[in-house]
Amino acid sequence: MGAETRRLIAERAAREVTYGMMVNLGIGIPTLVADYIPTSLDVVLHTENGILGMGGSPAPGYEDGNLSNAGGYPVTIQPGASFFDSAEAFGMVRRGYLDLTILGALEVSGKGDIANWIVPGKRVPGMGGAIDLAQKAKKVIVLMSHTTREGYPKIVQECTLPLTVKEGAHMIMTERAVMKVERGELILLEVMPGYSIEDILNTTEAKVNVDHVRGQMIEE
Amino acid sequence: MLGVRSADDGRGLTMRSKVCKLSELTVLKDNMTIMCGGFGGVGSPPSVIEWILDSGIKNITLICNDAGFPWIGPGKLVTEKRVSTLIASHIGSNPEAGKQMHRGELNVHFYPQGTLAEKIRAGGMGLGGILVDVGLGTSVEEGKEKTVVHGKEYMIEPALTADLSIVACKQADCFGNLLYDQSARNTNPLVAQAGDVTIAEAAEIVEIGELDPEQIITQGVFVDHVIKSKGVDWKWVWELKREG
Repeated sequence: MGAETRRLIAERAAREVTYGMMVNLGIGIPTLVADYIPTSLDVVLHTENGILGMGGSPAPGYEDGNLSNAGGYPVTIQPGASFFDSAEAFGMVRRGYLDLTILGALEVSGKGDIANWIVPGKRVPGMGGAIDLAQKAKKVIVLMSHTTREGYPKIVQECTLPLTVKEGAHMIMTERAVMKVERGELILLEVMPGYSIEDILNTTEAKVNVDHVRGQMIEE
Repeated sequence: MLGVRSADDGRGLTMRSKVCKLSELTVLKDNMTIMCGGFGGVGSPPSVIEWILDSGIKNITLICNDAGFPWIGPGKLVTEKRVSTLIASHIGSNPEAGKQMHRGELNVHFYPQGTLAEKIRAGGMGLGGILVDVGLGTSVEEGKEKTVVHGKEYMIEPALTADLSIVACKQADCFGNLLYDQSARNTNPLVAQAGDVTIAEAAEIVEIGELDPEQIITQGVFVDHVIKSKGVDWKWVWELKREG
């Protein structure tokens, strides 16, 4: 997926962020979402490695090896930020303070099951904090490519890969579509620029309700 | 005062200083369990890791948030094949760990990050384990003992401790009180508490009384040895990217 497309998805995801939310952004496209959250929303970004109130990337030359996001890249902090250990970072998550988590996935089912930490026998990165976050955040948005590199659907009837969370995803955003999962049903909300409802149905294995499409996303 | 094996506490009493050189320590042995602080190598103790590599010990059980990067932090111990069992939440940033795992050379036990942190905290706090529901409904629950409390189901996760805990900090005094640096704190305070022997590698060692008691994160009682860090001896991924 090209940089432009990744940015388009991130920009769309940022529109789900509302005033005062505590938000955790995963690695990959989710990291880009931070660039599109207006400062006027007073959003507090949380990281697994122990920052509440993470800011944007530092200017070149101002990086600090001891101030980074969970992916290991340099960040800054906002006024009012705090540092804490990893146990507390996840205590906040388990206790239910996290309003929104935005993460990537390998597969998502029509019921909102998410698989994103292991391809048995092939790639086993480990779950990191994904299970904690996906199970405990109040809202979970998955950002990913609509299909695999080989063109196979990633939004499937049943996940074939080991799960990260059962029925955890509230929304799915790809380069083709914005969907929500409600009462076990997958509902198409928006068609992304350059695609049609048919394109989406042809590349989605899970059953999709297309009765509530809000229309095409406006291209800039 | 530093380098002297006792410190005056100002009342004429002497306190044994924990400040030492790594070459004075004889704790390393094959087959030991080592718990290492840090998150993606940030906050991992470079000089202690180098010392472990130089010692030649092998068959280590390593407990760490993640496998670092192949050339960063505890990742070096994995790359050099000193580790036979790894207990972590993530190894994605260290392809060498994945390769060794698939070849059957490295035994990896994965836990959700928050659960792993809390298992380590429980070990440091003298508890037998924790009750946690993170991962119910996934493969995480396979083989786990469960219990119901207040009508909710939880997995019983035993606490983790180690023969040796190694941590990095910004400041230490000779009693072993520690302060950390920003997000380099991460798992270090938890790891420091859970070792039978704990070595703290400090960027700066200060006199007793210099650290504000209100600010101290790890209390000296948990720390056995304090050594002066030679500083980070690796390049971060973002530095390498910047250099092309």
